[in-house]
Amino acid sequence: MPVFNQSRSNIIRLIFAGMFLIIAAQLFHLQIVSKKYQQQAQENALFRKSIYPSRGIIYDRKGRAILNNTILYDLMVTPGQVKNIDTAYLCQLVGIDTTEFRHRVLDARIKNGPFRPTIFEDLLPPDMYARLEENIWKFPGFNLQERPIRVYPFNAAAHIMGYVGEVDSSILRRSNNFYQLGDYVGRSGLEQYYEKALMGQRGIEFWIKDNKNRLVNHYQDKSLDTPAIAGKNLRTYLDIDLQQLAERLLSGKTGAIVALEPSTGGILAMASGPNYDPNSLTGPDKQTNYARLALDVSSPMLNRAIKGQYPAGSTYKPIGALIGLDEGVITPASGISCLGAYLACTKPVKCDEKVPGHAANLRLAIAHSCNSFFCNTFRLTIDNPEYRSTRKGLMKWKEYVNAFGLGHRIGVDLPSEDGGNIPDTTAYDKDYNRNWNSCSMVTLGIGQDKMNVTPLQMANAMCIVANKGYYYTPHFVKSIDDAQGADSILSKYHVKHEPVTHISDDVFNVVQSGMQDVIEIGTGRPARIPGITMCGKTGTAENKQRIDGRTLKLHNHSWFVCFAPRENPKIAVAVIVENGGYGGTWAAPIASMIVEKYLNDTLRNERLPEVNRIAGSNMMPKYLVRVQFRTDSMRAADYANQTGDSARLLKYIDKANRAMLLDTVDGSRSPLLAAIRKMPNLKPLTPRVTAAPTPAAPAQKPDSGGHVPALDTSAIHAVRHKAKADTVQKPLDQKGDSTQR
Amino acid sequence: MSQRNPTISKGVDWSLVWIWVVLCLIGITSIFAASYHEGENVIQGFISLKTDYSRQLLFFILSGVLGTFILLTDSKFFTATANLGYAFGIFLLLLVFPFHSRVKGTESIIRFGSAFQLQPADLCKLFVNLALAKYLSRVETNFSRPRSQLIAATIALVPAAMSIMQHEMGLSLVYFSFFLVMFREGLPPSVLVIGFSFAVLVVATLLLEPNTLAIILTCIALLAIYIMRRQVKRNRSILFMIVGIWFVCVGVQRFVVPFVFDHVFQPYQVKRIYDTIGKDYVPKDQAAEASIENEQRKKSKSDNNYNVKQSKIAIGSGGLIGKGLLKGTQTRYDFVPEQKTDFIFCTIGEGFGFLGSILFLGIYTLLLMRIVTIAERQRSVFSRCYAYGVASVLFFHIVINICMTVGLAPVIGITLPFISYGGTSLLTFSVMLFILVRLDADRQMVLR
Repeated sequence: MPVFNQSRSNIIRLIFAGMFLIIAAQLFHLQIVSKKYQQQAQENALFRKSIYPSRGIIYDRKGRAILNNTILYDLMVTPGQVKNIDTAYLCQLVGIDTTEFRHRVLDARIKNGPFRPTIFEDLLPPDMYARLEENIWKFPGFNLQERPIRVYPFNAAAHIMGYVGEVDSSILRRSNNFYQLGDYVGRSGLEQYYEKALMGQRGIEFWIKDNKNRLVNHYQDKSLDTPAIAGKNLRTYLDIDLQQLAERLLSGKTGAIVALEPSTGGILAMASGPNYDPNSLTGPDKQTNYARLALDVSSPMLNRAIKGQYPAGSTYKPIGALIGLDEGVITPASGISCLGAYLACTKPVKCDEKVPGHAANLRLAIAHSCNSFFCNTFRLTIDNPEYRSTRKGLMKWKEYVNAFGLGHRIGVDLPSEDGGNIPDTTAYDKDYNRNWNSCSMVTLGIGQDKMNVTPLQMANAMCIVANKGYYYTPHFVKSIDDAQGADSILSKYHVKHEPVTHISDDVFNVVQSGMQDVIEIGTGRPARIPGITMCGKTGTAENKQRIDGRTLKLHNHSWFVCFAPRENPKIAVAVIVENGGYGGTWAAPIASMIVEKYLNDTLRNERLPEVNRIAGSNMMPKYLVRVQFRTDSMRAADYANQTGDSARLLKYIDKANRAMLLDTVDGSRSPLLAAIRKMPNLKPLTPRVTAAPTPAAPAQKPDSGGHVPALDTSAIHAVRHKAKADTVQKPLDQKGDSTQR
Repeated sequence: MSQRNPTISKGVDWSLVWIWVVLCLIGITSIFAASYHEGENVIQGFISLKTDYSRQLLFFILSGVLGTFILLTDSKFFTATANLGYAFGIFLLLLVFPFHSRVKGTESIIRFGSAFQLQPADLCKLFVNLALAKYLSRVETNFSRPRSQLIAATIALVPAAMSIMQHEMGLSLVYFSFFLVMFREGLPPSVLVIGFSFAVLVVATLLLEPNTLAIILTCIALLAIYIMRRQVKRNRSILFMIVGIWFVCVGVQRFVVPFVFDHVFQPYQVKRIYDTIGKDYVPKDQAAEASIENEQRKKSKSDNNYNVKQSKIAIGSGGLIGKGLLKGTQTRYDFVPEQKTDFIFCTIGEGFGFLGSILFLGIYTLLLMRIVTIAERQRSVFSRCYAYGVASVLFFHIVINICMTVGLAPVIGITLPFISYGGTSLLTFSVMLFILVRLDADRQMVLR
């Protein structure tokens, strides 16, 4: 029997070999042919850990760090390791209750699994950190992790420095996947503009992770890792003392202050009011603070120095004079007889000075800020027979004004600068159906009409006057520490711009003398500083604004531009205080304090009370309260509409706020009222409202008083009464119906 | 070879012993690679007996000692005690039913205290092998008779049936490998062919739509009739036979397979089979679904599909030459579950790549071929049958285990001989091998 089955041993061998060949083939397929497994293994086990370098520090001109780094701590939790801890004690330390504790641990478990640390409480305040650090050993599963954050030691220059925030999807897309989700980037200010220099170079560490996603080891002994390179430090022209003073002076006001160094274009200070505390956007409460700032209708995050667009008013006059001189249409000796109005056009342009001979020559005209003289100069400029047509004259004028840095983005090293507006022929063709002459826009000559400028542009224009004909683009950053290729970023700030070429220094002297007279004998006397020859120009810009859908003429903006000292200009300043009235009232003293502080490094003792007076005065427009109330209440109404939850709405419809509630141009269509009507369980508008005899009366309260002069408030009230008269009736009627039913 | 101690080593096939040593060392190294963590003291780890690799080393030494004892015994002892051993094995298997403890979803393990446990279904293949060899080598057995074949099959399949009852599909399948022994001893090849065809039919049933498969089967039947139309004309019975086969096939495909899947297999087993052929298994009812979930919870956090996927990634990422010992990221950081036992091949595949794996397979091939060679040189039928039994069991274990890790076979808990971590497995295989060496040393004797 064994013999006749002998051959079967070979068959068995064949079966063995065959099966092994099949396995070998599959191995060949897995290990040699198919590449996806190697890739999947990498995805499985390799973790690219980004190492974030510390961001660059920003210094002021005296080497003081105004934007620095510090370390805060996050409390991390690894849910799988939390065992046998005194939950109540931990909750007490962190300041939460046990329900919240369980909720957060569960959240962490869901988010990152039980084996990876997740943030339990981020950015601990120093005292909480101290308490936790002492006791952390009692809480297995919890640990403290360093988190570098930005800190502003002087609590100043919020608008200039900007802030960092997590990248959003649009940045991710634009950066071509350079950034990853969760990265922090500069979101505004210098932080954003110099992001490349400040961020440094991210390092990469390759880690091996295990099946539970824990990082266990360096991959290949760090041979593939690249170290992080710290961000580069910025040296700026800013004087942080000056900046702090400027911000202090602007507190309680809307407006802006810009101080430049004329010889370099360096920005010494740039403040914008209302302001915010830059540290509020870095610490533990940054989310709430950001929300609060973003929802504030006075827009504290808006940098009015580069984004505020105002009519230039009289501060334009020195520039108008220089253009006329360069064109040759006037000479320093040119004069005009003015008796309080410019009457050459159909509509008279008022002039505040009525004494005869106040515009006998250029110097006098500037000193007295004669409207007639500059209206005339403007008309002479654009009616210049050399160009044979007013159209060409206007375009030439626009070219000049643009060369002075007005009407276009000047190129400061901050993101999202606004350009202001210098009108050209198309704007007037549209308004006047191509049928206009130099009289149609004569008030351009005194900085009104369609002219809009930013405070930065005006400060820069002052540099041109101070420098007698040239300027450097205003900028913050003087140098970037040990940076190759920094020149290319900063080189555009080393280019000299010369807008006027035909004016001799003597002629400049005439303009400057006029501006010096402004300070000595003219409208800018409040700005006078003993021992400093200062040249300046006040401005009072008409201010029209759309509020509640109607254009209102509000209180004038107070402008002041100046430079000092005259002989060797070291600082040029532009100040605007919104709704401040005459330039001499608010803007001039503020500017002079800035100049004095900068040139003398300190303020005279007798000026300190004035600083306090200005800093303490509140000139926020009163209508803001109403606008704020309306936007907030509408948001609450929308929220109530969407969710059916009236919790946020209730506070807006109590008795004290009822007047505000009805205070819209078209009250019947107020979304707030509509939302209330839809809610049967709310009874804020009971017949008591219908019984109220004068619904408009309480509305006056928030507006009356304060610093707003009577003239302005009455204008607002007039509009308001009119609006009330036809709006209040409707909701009352409807309510009446519903109560009858 | 060695003449130092003629009483033991006379006639011993040292090549087998050396292959055994090499395989065991590879096994210990692999377990070391899979469980060693950076920074541990290696020497202490090997001595402490707390680590898996040190325990495996202990079992290796224990196997060596046991092997020496086996070499010292008389060959006749094994023939004499074969039937007794079989009875003992069956007794142990029966003992499981009242005394089993539930570990990892099986009901096949008896525990003695906390440290020691016994899996009779695993151990029993040694006794079956001996008993089968004994039966086949009896003078009065005429294996060409169906009755003898049936008895032989029963000897092999009774433990298999009991294993199934203990929810150990994998171990029960091992007993089917004894058909290779019977094939060598004269079982008609048609049995193997029919068995193979049946397997193909079952897989096809799972892969294809029932109606499609029925049409294909019908087409094959018609084609067969067409090709054999001359023979059919001469002999009508061929026609009936074809129709009969067709009928059985369709019956199996339509009724038997669904019935077995729904009523005989556990739902998780069905799921594993579906996973292997790459189809989603939709449980028929809530109970089945719950059963699968329950099973998964007991086994580990992830299902077997995950195991196989991770295993394939680990092996696939090895590439041509591998990442090197202790460099495998997948096997070192616990991505592959059950890695020290059922999926130990991943460590070799990832660490040493395609070349290493082929070399490793080569060692196994060498072992199996050597055993077949040894089997063929035996004078006694008992020794030959026993040798073939060892080869078959080893072959089945190796092929199913490796196919499992590379995704060619469903995940049934079967160890890789001499490599996988586990004392019972290593001891059983070592004893089987050393008995073979002992029998081979006495190959001039005729054992009955």
